[in-house]
Order: sequence, then structure tokens, then C-alpha cells
Amino acid sequence: MTAKLQVTDRVLLDFANEVGDSGPVAIQGNRTRWELGGPASAGTRLVSAPTGIVDYVPDEMTVTVRCGTTVAELHHALAEKGQRTGLPERGGTVGGALAAGENSLHMLGRGRVREAALQLRYVSDDGKVVTGGGPTVKNVTGFDLPRLMVGSLGTLGLLCEAILRTNPIPACTRWLRSETIDPFAVHGTVLRPSALLWDGSSTWIELEDHPAAVDAEQARLAAIADVEQVDGPPVFPEHRWSVPPATLRSTEQFGDGPWIASIGVGTAWASNAQPVTPVDRGVAARAARVKEHVDHRGRLNPGRTPGVR
Amino acid sequence: MAGFINSVKRKLNLAPGASSGDGDPVVTELREALSPDRVRYDGAERSLLSRDASVFDGGVAGPVCFPITTAEVQAIMKIALKHQRNIVPRGAGTGLAGGAIPLGAPIVVAVTKMTEIIEVDLDNRIAWVEPGVVNLDLTRHLHRSGFHFAPDPSSQQVCTIGGNVANNSGGPHCLAYGVTNAHVQALEVVLPSGEVVMLGGLEAEPAGLDLRGAFVGSEGTLGITTRIAVTITPDPPAVKTLLLSFETVRDAANTVSQIIAAGIVPAALEVMDQRITVAVENYVNAGYPRDAGAVLLAEVDGLAESIEIDAEKIAQIGHANSAIDVRTAADEAERAALWKGRKTAFGAVAQIAPDYYLHDTVVPRSQLADVLEKIYAIADRHDLLVMNVFHAGDGNLHPLLVFDGREEGILDRVHAAGAEIVRVSLDAGGVLSGEHGIGVEKQAYMDEVFTADDLAHQNRLRQAFDPGCRTNPGKVIPSGHSCADIQALRQVPTGVWA
Repeated sequence: MTAKLQVTDRVLLDFANEVGDSGPVAIQGNRTRWELGGPASAGTRLVSAPTGIVDYVPDEMTVTVRCGTTVAELHHALAEKGQRTGLPERGGTVGGALAAGENSLHMLGRGRVREAALQLRYVSDDGKVVTGGGPTVKNVTGFDLPRLMVGSLGTLGLLCEAILRTNPIPACTRWLRSETIDPFAVHGTVLRPSALLWDGSSTWIELEDHPAAVDAEQARLAAIADVEQVDGPPVFPEHRWSVPPATLRSTEQFGDGPWIASIGVGTAWASNAQPVTPVDRGVAARAARVKEHVDHRGRLNPGRTPGVR
Repeated sequence: MAGFINSVKRKLNLAPGASSGDGDPVVTELREALSPDRVRYDGAERSLLSRDASVFDGGVAGPVCFPITTAEVQAIMKIALKHQRNIVPRGAGTGLAGGAIPLGAPIVVAVTKMTEIIEVDLDNRIAWVEPGVVNLDLTRHLHRSGFHFAPDPSSQQVCTIGGNVANNSGGPHCLAYGVTNAHVQALEVVLPSGEVVMLGGLEAEPAGLDLRGAFVGSEGTLGITTRIAVTITPDPPAVKTLLLSFETVRDAANTVSQIIAAGIVPAALEVMDQRITVAVENYVNAGYPRDAGAVLLAEVDGLAESIEIDAEKIAQIGHANSAIDVRTAADEAERAALWKGRKTAFGAVAQIAPDYYLHDTVVPRSQLADVLEKIYAIADRHDLLVMNVFHAGDGNLHPLLVFDGREEGILDRVHAAGAEIVRVSLDAGGVLSGEHGIGVEKQAYMDEVFTADDLAHQNRLRQAFDPGCRTNPGKVIPSGHSCADIQALRQVPTGVWA
């Protein structure tokens, strides 16, 4: 009997052979987040995931893509059928976006990266292609390895193929800015903004829906403050922060210098780096145990530690 | 499965009042750690908690504990570790895959007395709850706050949020809002080692591996959750519920597929065939047509300006697929009646036969119509009655085999038909379960889906949490791949709990 998820794609099997079963190995995409979690150890052999869109079924709202494909290329193909994914588009690859696990600026409207991955294939420490999850949007078949892989920086397996959930692109996208609005009030006024940004004085609001609904939301905002239409979001400071959304009211935490906070999400970008908060000891111990069980020789992406900024 | 469990039960002579547990050091220590009245060892309690809502005919429960604090759950775990006894966590026991069935006379930890809604934090849009909080009770608690808890399995009036976490439960509205995993931000968990850890967090991107995500849906095999931070979702300002009637299930299924293809993601898309529709009408008089071959319950929510457009488009697609009638609920009372019909569908079958076996598979939406025809043919071939009520938008099928268990040999036919239903779903490119989980029901199929390497990796995750495989042993991963030898669980060690 052949298992339904047995890998037959020669491209993936060749990649597994390239990874092999011995010696330290790290995976590189477009190096847009290369320093995340610490750089790969010196002397580590580098490999790159295969590329290409394998299967796209717009009616199922799923796409099968090899992880070396850029998010931009994927989104370009999906846009032809009026769809997109929740992955952030900033020059990197699908595998890089999944391994980093950082959410899109538009997370409120498009969902978290960890929810976009339905099925993931990765090469394990012993050079095998392993499949976790399944091809359908709804699935509770066994342990949820895809959730574990997202944000793991390739330390548990080298991502090579993903089945991602796609979403329709709304008919209208509009960015608004206000100098007078309380951003926290916006979160209660607008039902589902796709993004809501605040720099301490200006608020940027991204609305996505049918044009009539976007008009209505804009009118609701105009009733409580002055709003103007703008081309898009502001330019972001360098350092990414991650905090509970309620704490964004305490803007002094960002220190001197510019910052932009994603209200309702808890992501922020500031000119100062976020102070390092050690991961809870019990959680770190469990994460170390997972790593030990999945890659006991520590050959996958040595030098990187998920959670270290 | 039922056969061996029955034989163990007979062997144990599991009759009410069979034993008090006095003299057993584990029972004594558990009673000291909790209180005597919350560690039960009477036959009635053990018998009651030896099964769940599945057709699997019970397991064998050891002492049954009802902790009320994290510290008590921790104490139970430590006692179990000290004596190397197995643990089976349990919510309301509404699971349909046998996930809560105790195998090998373990300590059963029922979280049903941990029912506090600890805090509603509107700034972070979360609620901290204990695992025994009933799903619908949280939404009722949030009434008038403008928020609700989105996962809404059909059993939501009785199932617990702890159970939802274990099974990664869905429900009709997860089409738009996502399953439980998308609504869990943090979990306080007691590990099999007795340690208490907080997985996940309220930050936008909690640091480190997503152990939270791995824990959700692990069917109670990685530990016991004692506090859960769940996302609370703003109530939509407007909702429209449409009832579309069709001559055939195929027309209804095609409509569903085309709605999604048109770029609409409704809040829910539920299909019911004529057999179940008539049963529901006889049961609660929900207002469904009795003469339609199938009905589609479609709900859109969001801004009023938006849902008008989507509802109209859905109606157009329905008409293009030969809808007999398209009706929009005129008011909240009519909408509530339509949903009451859908959510009481499984109760309605009791008037037809005393037993049912509810399956749960997922197929690509485009395959819905073909797979359904095969399911009707399978039931006919085994001389069984099948009804179909399902989350069509997700391709999540729930074939309901209705039968009278007193009929000689019928359970064998039910299982044989069920196996064929699973296989046609897999052959259509589907998966084993959409929301019920694997439990003991579908272990045997895991080898048909995953390779040995895939299962080995799932097992590595399991062992990283529970190296002794003492927490809900014998579930999910099939024998031969599991760290626990399932065969061994068929034997109850001499002198234990008997």
C-alpha cells in the first residue's frame, strides 16, 4: 500500500538528496530575514529550496507551491484569478516567509501566516521528505506539524513545498489617514480593517471590501474625525516589535525616535530594537526537547534559535 | 475495538459499586491531593466515564478525578508519574472518534468542574477561560459586549472549550472564521512531567517555537490544559441567512462550489439532504421544505452594504443551479429557527432509529457531488440508511449511518460501510477528519495517508512532550509507529484498579 501523501515529485526528492543526511546544512531564500534568530554557523553548507507553482485550484482556494518561489511571484499568479495569501510580500520566498513566521502588515484582514499553511513538506535531519498537515482547508488528521514548522527558522526541517490557503482579493482597497482620530476608537468603529497603524499622531487605516462597504466605513470614520485618502502605509522604522495589543497604549516603551504600531495586532516598528525578553524556562526546555527529538545532531540551520531577535 | 474493550470490561467485572479503591496507594494519594469526593472510584462513575459519544463501546476507567485548580491537575500528574500510571484527560465526552475513551484503566481527569470564565480582556480581545467552560456559555457570557466565541460545533451547548482545544474543533462558522487553532492565543498546560508551562502568548508573534499550535488538536496526548486565552470575535453588524432549496444534492453541492469560486467567503454554507430535512421538520419544525432533495443554508455576515451584494450573488448562483426556492430569513426569529434545525439534526435522527454513526471526512469542494453519490451507493450496498448533513463550504462531510444496534450483525455492516466512505473520501483527494479527530476511530487509516517517515515525525513531537507515552495512550498514531504499544493497553496490569 502506498500512502496518499507519498512524495513522488522528482524535484523534491532531488532536493532531499542534496540536503543529504550528514553535516550541518542551512537553507537560504532571498536573505531578506537572514539574521533572524542569529546567523547560520560558519562553515555551514547552504542549500536553496526548489521553485515553481505546482498546482493552483482557485475554486478550492488552495495553491501548491515549492518553497523557493518568491511570494511576489506567487501572488502575481494568484492575482490573475483574484486571489492572494496571508504571506507578507517584501522580496522574500514562500519558505522564508513561513520559516520566519512574521505576519503581514495586513494581518487583521488577511490572517496570520501560521493559519495560511495547510500542508508543509520539509526535508528532515536524515534527508527524508516529510509531510505534515493535508491538502484541505479543514483538517485534523494527526499532529499539527505545519503549525510547529511556521516560525521555526528551518531548525526542525528544511521547507520545500507548501499547500497554502488563498483568499479572494476584495473589490476595493483604500488607505485613509487621520491626524485627529483615536486609533483605538477606530478599532471599535470599523468592523474589519485590514491594517490599522499609528505613529502617535497620525493613524492609517486600510479598508478592504465591496466599494459601497468601503464608502460606508469611510463615512462612519468621517463622522468622528477628519480623514483623507492616501496612497498607502507610511515608511516603517527598522526594528520589528511584538507585544500584546493592549500595551500599545504605552508608547513610551518604544523610547526616543519614530515608531509605528499596528493597533489590534501588537506588532510595531521602531528605531530602537525591542529589549530581549527571555523565553519562559519551561517553554524553552520543551522547545529544546522538540529540537532534540526532531534533529538530535543539530544539523539543520545551526546557529539559529527561534524567538531570538 | 468494541470487542476487546468489552472483553476487558467483563474481565474487570466492572459493576456499580465494585470497588471503593480503598487500599490502593494511588487512589489514596489522589484523594489527599484533591478531596475524597472529587476522586471517584465507584463502578457507576467509572462506567459512565469509560466511553464518549462515539459508538465505541467504552473503555476501562481507573479512578476518576475532578480537579478544580491547576495545582490539583499538577498533583494528579505527579502522582501518575510517580506510580507510572496512564492519564486520560476529558471534557464533556462529546467526542465522536473515541479520543476520550480510557484504554488500560488510566486515571481519568475530567475537567468539567473547572468552569470559570476568569477574565474578559476587551483591549486584547481575548477571554481567559478554564477548560471545563462550555463553548456556548462563553458566547452567552459575552452577550451584549459586542463579541462572541467563533468556533461553534454542533455540540456547543454541552462541549467544553478544553475539548475544543484537544480536537481543534470547527463548526459551521469556521468557514469564514477558522477552526479552534485560529482562536487560541495562549494555553496554560500541565505536562506529563508535572511541570506547568504557558504555551503561546498575547503578543503579536510569541517568541520561540509555536508549541501552542502543536498542542491544539493533539487530542489530549501532550498534557492537560488548565487555562486558555481564546480570541473573542466582534459580532457582525449585519447578518443574512438564506435557505436555498434544490431538487438534488448535486445541485446544492455545485452551488456551494460556485459560490466559493465567485470569490465569496460566506460565514457558513451548510447542506442537508431530504432525509435529514424531513427528520428535522418532524423534530423542531424549523421551516425547511419537506419536498426538496436538498437544502443549502447560506449565511453571510459583515457590513450591511457588503452582505446585500454577496447575498444577491448567492441567490443568483443558486438559481443558475436550478434552485426551487431561495428564501431569506425575514427576522432574527426565523434565522434562529433555521439554525436550530441545522444544529439539532443529529438529535432528530433518534425518531428514525436508536443509534447512529456519524462520520467526518473532508473532500475538495469540487468533488462533493461525486463523493456524495458514492456514499449513497455504499449505504445501499450495505442495506443501511444514510443521511447527509454537512459543512459544505469546507468540503467537510458528515455522513450519518442510522441503525438499530439490536439488529444482529448490523454494527459490522456499519463499520464496513464507514471504511468505504473513508476510502472514497481519501481517493477524492480528501483527508481523514475535518473536526472529530483520529482518536481510536481512524488510527488504522493513518498509514494510508501518511508515510512511515511522516508518522515518525508526529511521534517525535509526541515524545518530546510525553516520553513515557502515558497521556491518553493508544490514540492518534497507529500501533507500530506509536511510542506506546497499543496492544499492551488491551491488558490491564494485574492488581491495577480491579
